[in-house]
Amino acid sequence: MIAVLWIAGALAVAGALGVVIAKTPVHSVISLVVNILALAALYLSLHAEFMALIQVIIYAGAIMILFLFVIALLTARKDPVERSEGKLEGQRELGIVAAVTGAILMTAVALSAGFGRPVAQEALPSGFGSPAAFGRELLTTHILSFELTAFVLMAAVIGVVVLVGQRKL
Amino acid sequence: MTVEILQGYLILSGILFAIGAAGLLLRRSPLVMLMCVEIMLNAANLAFIAFARYWGDMTGQIFTFLVVTVAAAEVAIGLAIIVLLFRHRDAADVDDVNALRG
Repeated sequence: MIAVLWIAGALAVAGALGVVIAKTPVHSVISLVVNILALAALYLSLHAEFMALIQVIIYAGAIMILFLFVIALLTARKDPVERSEGKLEGQRELGIVAAVTGAILMTAVALSAGFGRPVAQEALPSGFGSPAAFGRELLTTHILSFELTAFVLMAAVIGVVVLVGQRKL
Repeated sequence: MTVEILQGYLILSGILFAIGAAGLLLRRSPLVMLMCVEIMLNAANLAFIAFARYWGDMTGQIFTFLVVTVAAAEVAIGLAIIVLLFRHRDAADVDDVNALRG
């Protein structure tokens, strides 16, 4: 578990840094895929098999393809390079300071808070994190959130069609 | 799973969240900013799943599933808005877009 945490964690951080640093959006997307696959490995190490699958299929598959499509659509004409100077004064320095402060605060909280007693490996319910257990939990205990999920997706589909659908002239 | 390992996962989650926040603050390309939001959502998901394993409770994983759904919806809408921005005014930099008014 520790080895997975170190290796996949390093990959995830490298991917995330790559997204922020990369100059072209396509490179950002590739870095984000690395980040997402590393997170899927971390999920597997935490007994969340179904969520690891979802992570690969939905994030690395569907969402990244959506990003690539939009990048191909928009940057075929001209490269969306940022201007070297932003309008905001000191954006770079203050942004880095804010992010580092946030990371330090979250680390301090993670190290100092009490988390109760862990559940031992053998005390986990059988099939913990498997698709069967996940489906049972989702469709019995959390049925309302499942319905809300459907509602959110429908609202998104309608929103996209209204926003970019063809209008009659 | 000991407390130390949970803390390792939580610190990793915090670092990823901070990197995403940094990207959101530093970059001005709307596409990259949307990707940074994805990094932040994924960091929160990692914390949820670490706690789900630590307490042996599936609810954290269910919540992660909801976050993934919301992220998918958000990306679809966000990319649609970005496509509209590019169509209307060739804006590649969010500094050029200070009003959503047509």
